[in-house]
Amino acid sequence: MDESVAESFESLDKQAHAVRLGMWVFLASEILFFSGLFALYAAYRTEHPGGFAIGVENNTIVHGSINTAVLLTSSYTVALAVHELRRGRSRRAVTLLAVTLALGACFLGIKAAEYAEHFTRGIYPGGHGRFFDTHAQAGTKMFFTLYFCMTGLHAVHVMVGMIVLAVLLGRVGRGRVVAASSYALAAGAIYWHFVDLVWIFLWPLFYLVPGSGR
Amino acid sequence: MTTSDAGALSIPHGTSARDTPTYLGIAKTVRSWALTTDHKRIGVLYLFTTVFALFLGGLFALILRIEHLTPTRTIVDAYTYDRLFTMHGIVMVWLFMIPSIPAAFGNFLVPIMIGAKDVAFPRLNLLSYYIYVTGSIWVLVALWMGGCDTGWTFYTPYSAHSPSAVVPTVLGIFVLGWSTIATGVNFIVTIHTMRARGMGWFRMPLFVWSMYGVSVIQVLATPVLAISVSIVGLDHWLDWGLFDPSRGGDPVLYQHLFWFYSHPAVYIMILPAMGVISEVVPTFSHHAPASYDAIAYSTLGIAFVGFLTWGHHMFVAGISLFDAAAFGVLSMLVAIFSAIKVFTWVLTMRGGSIVLRTPLIYFFAFLFLFVFGGMTGVAVATQSLDVHWHDTYFVVAHFHFIMVGGTLTAWLAALHYWFPKMTGRMYPEGWGIASAVLVLVGFVMTFFPQFLLGNAGMPRRYYNYDPRFQPLMVISTVGSWLLGLAMVVTLSYLVVSLFVGKRAGDNPWDSRSYEWYTASPPPTHNFTSEPAFVLGPYDYASPFPGLPRAGVDADAPEAPPPPRRS
Repeated sequence: MDESVAESFESLDKQAHAVRLGMWVFLASEILFFSGLFALYAAYRTEHPGGFAIGVENNTIVHGSINTAVLLTSSYTVALAVHELRRGRSRRAVTLLAVTLALGACFLGIKAAEYAEHFTRGIYPGGHGRFFDTHAQAGTKMFFTLYFCMTGLHAVHVMVGMIVLAVLLGRVGRGRVVAASSYALAAGAIYWHFVDLVWIFLWPLFYLVPGSGR
Repeated sequence: MTTSDAGALSIPHGTSARDTPTYLGIAKTVRSWALTTDHKRIGVLYLFTTVFALFLGGLFALILRIEHLTPTRTIVDAYTYDRLFTMHGIVMVWLFMIPSIPAAFGNFLVPIMIGAKDVAFPRLNLLSYYIYVTGSIWVLVALWMGGCDTGWTFYTPYSAHSPSAVVPTVLGIFVLGWSTIATGVNFIVTIHTMRARGMGWFRMPLFVWSMYGVSVIQVLATPVLAISVSIVGLDHWLDWGLFDPSRGGDPVLYQHLFWFYSHPAVYIMILPAMGVISEVVPTFSHHAPASYDAIAYSTLGIAFVGFLTWGHHMFVAGISLFDAAAFGVLSMLVAIFSAIKVFTWVLTMRGGSIVLRTPLIYFFAFLFLFVFGGMTGVAVATQSLDVHWHDTYFVVAHFHFIMVGGTLTAWLAALHYWFPKMTGRMYPEGWGIASAVLVLVGFVMTFFPQFLLGNAGMPRRYYNYDPRFQPLMVISTVGSWLLGLAMVVTLSYLVVSLFVGKRAGDNPWDSRSYEWYTASPPPTHNFTSEPAFVLGPYDYASPFPGLPRAGVDADAPEAPPPPRRS
């Protein structure tokens, strides 16, 4: 028996199926995890459309948009890595994973710079900071608190995704994950796509669409 | 696929199942338990830990009841009382009831019942246990810091400003949630991918169906709780005010999010109990379930509808009349699915050969208490009545009839029913039946008066009460002593039986369910050869095929595809 098959499974096929299914079921759970916050956003934006519009207009749209491009590109490179590994080209897969990790780090770096800019402007979560002396609407405070909650939780997911991909990079590099067991990398890649997809929703909600609230 | 390359045979051919070391006997060091990935050992670890939680939560309950012996202060002050009922709820809900049946018995039984060697992700399984322990430690830290006084529901805005240990408590619950989710993911994948050859979905023992339903709820509901209590923690810790009405927040929105989890969580607690009952009734009636499909589909029905009923906790929180009506009607659907199960269980006994043993006594207790609790549930799901009963002892009595009368009695039934399988020994039947009767008497005495108290206007969570309530309060308190005594007696004779109980044999109940096909206690890989389940799990018309032996069954030609169900 192939040593990459865990004791509890009869065959690699079954194990691959189980790992893929497990990741999708876990992602269902993750979606519900974020949806609690999306529900808060929807409710509070409906309640305070004006304050949310001010929030969107005062957000760092350049940082957010560059980050969208960075993250989308990283999803492309991780998809390519899976593709190359399936064709047996482990070295290319390792390179592409390294690029993905670099893009993930880049995203986090831009995110950190963005938070730093918020802090220098006096925008802190909970409606604290001098920015809110001049923008005292309840909705604007709520907007930025949710902004920190949701992008912060997303950033945690980026970090977790990077750890997962780094472990997989090591396993691909050492030949522990090969073409036949590429499902492991595919599962990690699905997680990364999920993290990307969450951002695709955060970007318009926090940077692009002020709405006609005012 | 042939048996030899299937890897199912880790034991050399010709070895009798009886010569294979049991999962208990294979290693006895602490390390072999602490680092085990064997689902049976993890189940046993969960069992011991949840029993500890049960006794901790029970201790709080006894103190609360003693406090209510007199209308004013008896033994603790008001602030301590608030923290005690909160910690009672938190410990009982998250440390005991949610993992009690799924994580302990589900872990032990699901792989065996579907003929697998283990769950799909054994290491994740062990990790989920340690996540559970970590979460529990945070709850104990909160306790050590003086406990939390918000009630187990953490309603805002009070929970954002309470002077008690809110942050470690919600952190503990957040961590416990990930343990629940990990177990749920593991079970869903296990049931989908690890069933033995020839085992279609409708040949699984019904307990597995209930574990499937509960896993779906665990995976989809728990994350919403995790995020809601995290925000409460942030509001309390960093003053973020997301639910603070003075800063544009909405406390009712918190209630929506909390009950979106916590109502399905009620089904996380009761569905496994229903699964246990669905095993106990056929075994002790020696009769197939009156309708396998009715029980299986109603399990899925409860799991689905359970997500659409949360608003019935909020009839007086200012939701619209239309919403309240919709939630009321949807809530009553659950009663229909539950009634289908109840009638199916009762019909199952008809024409059976009934053997009166402790698990069946617990089934009778379950039947009475669950039906009573369920009927009062329909009553409180009716808006006009709920306005009268909301936040009174009536509601307390109602959910204790379901949670204790339903889940705890089913848990005790499971404990006795599978005790021989898990330990290889029998418990003393006389003691079992006596303490089952004591549980029923103690329970009814504790909680029936609370219906009357609530209907007469006694609000829940109040420290002082009107002296006219005292007689019923005293009866309730004495009942709690009987219930506590019954639990101590049960624990005592079960612990003694671990060492001196009569040897059980593989199938002491003459059951047909698949966990009884292997030795008691089972070997590490559950079966010594790849099991071929020719009979259905409830085929009481055929003689028990007995323990399969490696080398005999393994070389036998593959069994013909079995009929869809027995």
